[in-house]
Amino acid sequence: MSTVATSQIKLTPEHARPRASVRSRLQDALPKIVLAPSFAITIVFVYGFILWTIYLSFTNSKTFPSYVITGSRAYQRLWGWTFDTDPPSSWYTSITNMGIFGFLYIFICLALGLFLAILLDQKIRGEGVLRPIYLYPMALSFIVTGVAWKWFLDPGLGLEQTLHQWGWTSFHFDWIKNKDFVIYTVVIAGVWQASGFIMAMFLAGLRGIDGEIMKAAQIDGATTFQLYRRIVIPLLRPIFLSAFIVLAHLAIKSYDLVVALTSGGPGGSAWLPSNFMYEYTFKRNEMAVGSASAVIMLMTIVAIIVPYLYSELREKPQ
Amino acid sequence: MLRKLLIGTALASGLAFAAHAEDVKEVQMLHWWTSGGEAAALNVLKQDLAKEGYAWKDVPVAGGGGDPAMVALKAMVAAGNPPTASQMLGYTALDYAAAGKMGDITAIAVKEGWDKVVPAALQKFTVYEGKWVAVPVNVHSVNWLWINKAVMDKIGGTEPKTFDDLIALLDKAKAAGVIPLALGGQNWQEATMFDSVVLSTGGPEFYKKAFNDLDDASLKSDTMKKSFDNLAKLVTYVDPNFSGRDWNLATAMVIKGDALVQVMGDWAKGEFHAANKTPGTDFLCYRFPGTDGSVVYNSDVFGMFDVSDDRKAAQAALATATLSKSFQSAFNVVKGSVPARTDVPDTDFDACGKKGIADLKAANEKGTLFGSLAQGYGAPPAIANAYKDVVTKFVHGQIKTSDEAVTELVKAIDDAR
Repeated sequence: MSTVATSQIKLTPEHARPRASVRSRLQDALPKIVLAPSFAITIVFVYGFILWTIYLSFTNSKTFPSYVITGSRAYQRLWGWTFDTDPPSSWYTSITNMGIFGFLYIFICLALGLFLAILLDQKIRGEGVLRPIYLYPMALSFIVTGVAWKWFLDPGLGLEQTLHQWGWTSFHFDWIKNKDFVIYTVVIAGVWQASGFIMAMFLAGLRGIDGEIMKAAQIDGATTFQLYRRIVIPLLRPIFLSAFIVLAHLAIKSYDLVVALTSGGPGGSAWLPSNFMYEYTFKRNEMAVGSASAVIMLMTIVAIIVPYLYSELREKPQ
Repeated sequence: MLRKLLIGTALASGLAFAAHAEDVKEVQMLHWWTSGGEAAALNVLKQDLAKEGYAWKDVPVAGGGGDPAMVALKAMVAAGNPPTASQMLGYTALDYAAAGKMGDITAIAVKEGWDKVVPAALQKFTVYEGKWVAVPVNVHSVNWLWINKAVMDKIGGTEPKTFDDLIALLDKAKAAGVIPLALGGQNWQEATMFDSVVLSTGGPEFYKKAFNDLDDASLKSDTMKKSFDNLAKLVTYVDPNFSGRDWNLATAMVIKGDALVQVMGDWAKGEFHAANKTPGTDFLCYRFPGTDGSVVYNSDVFGMFDVSDDRKAAQAALATATLSKSFQSAFNVVKGSVPARTDVPDTDFDACGKKGIADLKAANEKGTLFGSLAQGYGAPPAIANAYKDVVTKFVHGQIKTSDEAVTELVKAIDDAR
């Protein structure tokens, strides 16, 4: 490499300098030129449409967008529905489901992913086979996951039916048909799909930990539990951040899983805010209400992610 | 270089202009009748148009069903590139007309005399401010019972004439160990059944006042409360796994004899036909008890967009062919619905179809032809969906009593108005 570099310098004659400077200027500008289209697309189609959605939420848009600002009636209706608990309004159901689903999905995926990664990291035989087995559910779309689990959890078709045929007739598992438990089946399917991917992230993190630190701790007499509790897990902190962000956005944008798995659940009891948004915008022709709910979803994400990112990234420069 | 480019552009636009001067011999059609029988039925229309020299071009929609198609259509229209026509449901055509996107085919309607042959109630969805903007393709009706005849004979049942008869019949089936009522626990199926229950409980006048005129007093009346009580009674006869089931799976339960009866629109007949069952010998079609003489309908229409002048001839040909007697008969025999004009001979239809045609004609004359609220023909989508919410929450227990259901129904409809 170094010989090539020196020979180039030698071969470049004095009079060729202006050409080289055009070229080097082009080279400097090249990243910007290459990035410009995707930057422009992001500005328009992400941030532009966020602004557009916010604008629409203050209009009285029904089937089609209307551009006359009419105030915050859409938000007032959502606010009213937030406290409609008996019988639960669709919006109340959606946001409580979001809380239950979001918390359990992220927490179980992180815990299970870490646990599996630690087990796989014990230098066991056949890791090359086991790892993809856990990882591959992530390669499926939510629709496939949803339909497969729908059949599996259906009492008349899947698990319950099979166990009844095998003779265990007292077995009863009908969560997917139960308005109070249907959201937990969404958690089960979601965790099944994502935990393998989280495991792979943690595994990569574990492999990146310096063996010397581990050996030093073992010489100091740390038990295996202490080793993981005090050294490994704290060192995995950046992986937790990445995994949390991946999971949080998967949780909030979950829409297809609910539709494929439960088609909304009994009496709409499995709705998430994204289902609410789609229903109101496209099926009920209440675009203003749909936009308002989308804005509230965005604010929720911002409220969770921004402080977390800030606290995590602030320590970087030191 | 630049000159070449200019000449090229001039030539190209010249060609385009020349092409535009002549009529486009093509119909662009957005629809979701892509499965077996429906696609075959639509082929008749394609052939009719081909005879007149018009090519048929399907506008593809990813996903297939009605909802993705409507979202795709919205995008096409917003981009100023509407198809010649689109399959539409409920208030969609009127919404587009209000937004000034629909064409005007009144001239054809006058020439063909559609005013007299298309039921007046149906014209509400095809005529906007005196202008024809859409063509009805069929009339479905939802107040039907579909019964497995073998099971019916086994339990010794007869046609139920009143709601109490129906309950007695369901009891018999229960005693015989058959699932009495096949229901899919999705909001539209539950609400479709409730349409029939309300018509049966309150009668035609009440149905119209409550579900077409959205009269407050009727909505909160004791009759409505009684209707919810009757719905609750019916729901006790379904199997525990009903929640979330698709309608055609519920129909399959009746076809296989696992269940006695399904309350469903006449599109269920298509499933019986696909399983090679004949009305009268394998299955029975009765009007929902207490609703004979009235028809609660929904209808598919072809909405005609405001297209450029060179595409208007093709659009006119499509509109005329769609409401022609031959197509109306051929299409509806396959689809399970009845023709959207009352002067089509019923010779090709089966027993249920003949009854449907006669009922539609009678209901049209008596003024007992009502839009189904569950199917979005009683009120605009915001209200229809608010209604479905209340019914499904009542069926699944989020709303516990009929008192509460009535209060919630009034509140939800007010909120969506």
